[in-house]
Amino acid sequence: MSLDFQFRQIGIIAGKEFRDRIRNRWVLAVAVVFAAFAFAIAYFGAAQQGSVGFRSIEITIASLVSLVIYLVPLIALILGFDAIVGERERGSLDLLLSMPLTRLELLLGKFLGLFLALACSTVIGFGLVGVLLAAKLPADALYHYAGFVFSAVLLGAAFLSLAVLVSVLAPDRGRASSAAIGLWFFFVLIFDLLLLGGLVVGAGDIGGGLGGQLFPYLLLLNPADIFRVANIFGVEDVRAMYGLATVFPEALAQPALLGAVMIGWIALPLAIAAWRFRQ
Amino acid sequence: MNGLASSDKRDVINICGVRKNYGSLCAVDGVDLAIAEGEIFGLIGHNGAGKSTLFKMLLGLVPLTAGTITVDSQPVHGELFRQVRRRLGYLPENVVFYDNLTGAETLTFFARLKGCSDGDRAALLERVGLAAAGHRRVREYSKGMRQRLGLAQALLGKPRLLFLDEPTTGLDPEGIREFYRILREQRDGGTTIILTSHILSEIQERVDRLAIMKSGRIEALGTVQSLRESMNLPLGFTLRLATGLDPAALASELQAQLAPLAIRVMPVAGQLQLDCPRDAKMAVMAALAPLTVAGHLIDIQVREPSLEDVFLGYSG
Repeated sequence: MSLDFQFRQIGIIAGKEFRDRIRNRWVLAVAVVFAAFAFAIAYFGAAQQGSVGFRSIEITIASLVSLVIYLVPLIALILGFDAIVGERERGSLDLLLSMPLTRLELLLGKFLGLFLALACSTVIGFGLVGVLLAAKLPADALYHYAGFVFSAVLLGAAFLSLAVLVSVLAPDRGRASSAAIGLWFFFVLIFDLLLLGGLVVGAGDIGGGLGGQLFPYLLLLNPADIFRVANIFGVEDVRAMYGLATVFPEALAQPALLGAVMIGWIALPLAIAAWRFRQ
Repeated sequence: MNGLASSDKRDVINICGVRKNYGSLCAVDGVDLAIAEGEIFGLIGHNGAGKSTLFKMLLGLVPLTAGTITVDSQPVHGELFRQVRRRLGYLPENVVFYDNLTGAETLTFFARLKGCSDGDRAALLERVGLAAAGHRRVREYSKGMRQRLGLAQALLGKPRLLFLDEPTTGLDPEGIREFYRILREQRDGGTTIILTSHILSEIQERVDRLAIMKSGRIEALGTVQSLRESMNLPLGFTLRLATGLDPAALASELQAQLAPLAIRVMPVAGQLQLDCPRDAKMAVMAALAPLTVAGHLIDIQVREPSLEDVFLGYSG
């Protein structure tokens, strides 16, 4: 069997998933939410300081990073948690698998279709704000903004991959949704608190001890933190604003390295899901 | 159990010593079976008898613990079975299609997955009575319409094998009749059909052979008639009496005549009913002849045991 044929099956599943999200206006709705929040943050982000209007790309990206870390993982998890378990509960999984379609093709097709929908929403939503700001931005600022949007797409893919894993492991949709929400709480809220707690408890070690050496690597265990670090270290002013430069070695903050780790976060849950789905 | 097909046609399904364990539970236990090309084969059994598991193993959806299955000469796994799947049609029990697609779009989606042309989708929708509803979203379909769409989906690409799990669920009597008419057309075209149903009265005259499953094993295999005969279930007689006769008195009189055959005659609602062993049928007819000549009986109905009787006899 040729690889092309298998890609064709993946494409059919992906195409259906993507068209479904276009047809039910999911892509449009999420793009509007992203655009509205991004525009509001870009324009009104400095309102607390008594002024409104666009200030700088550094400040804008710093503000948008927090928004993306809360919003994109949540939307990705909601999008993907029932990808497989939903088919199983509906009774359509057996029908799909009775077709000339392997489980891996089905899984990859689902992931790809949902990823395209999420990526479209992210690029359209944040891209629209980028277009509005383009007239006020120099070329290098636009480059940073494009990098920010690209990393947001990767962040969404990582959490979508986790959601697909949940959808394979969960016995029903109810437990899949609980697990998805649990993952969001863990990676977006709890993980950093645990790290901070660890740092406080081992305060003496920061800078030179074991805790200090481990800290940057521990951040790589969370795709949300990788996204944060990638965007903070991309812009000098923002890096200083966050203060993370003191604990995060610059060598570890290379965009290529962080991108590779993020791709690992996309590939690993998907690989585990594929392995488990074949059992 | 030797499950060789009774027909001299080529076997398209061969099941040899198949077993399936889920942990300590043995869902299918040493099944041997062969199904010939162009046969309509019924698979019946209580819930949990192993029908669905066997069905899923035939489709390559569930791995075997032991044994072998070949469908159209190919083992039910691997790349070669992908080609076989193009020639299969499957209608799962209680299938739920995608609510946001229309009936026609549903067929197009599955036709593309199957790698066949969707050019015949209009004809298929017409054939299952959904021509007028093909452009409507599936969410607007009734249960019966969804089932008919499921059949149209199973017929995509002119399959050589059809697997139908409780296929008439939700269909009205007219729909059921039309459904079996379509199945006969498919069978006449050489398609092999394997179906399960809990409505035994519905399939008893419509399958060529059937297997009764119990606790993961095939308890009985053959034509409905051969299973009736092998069970030696009694024939049922219903005697309609002429007006003015006393059913109780006539029952006693007939009981006395049939005493050597140990047949019990019962008056029921102004008629007489008796069950007799299959080999005593002619003796009973002979005993009834004088009553007929005397004008006491105006009708005699002889009822063969139903498939339900056979099923209950085998499955306990």
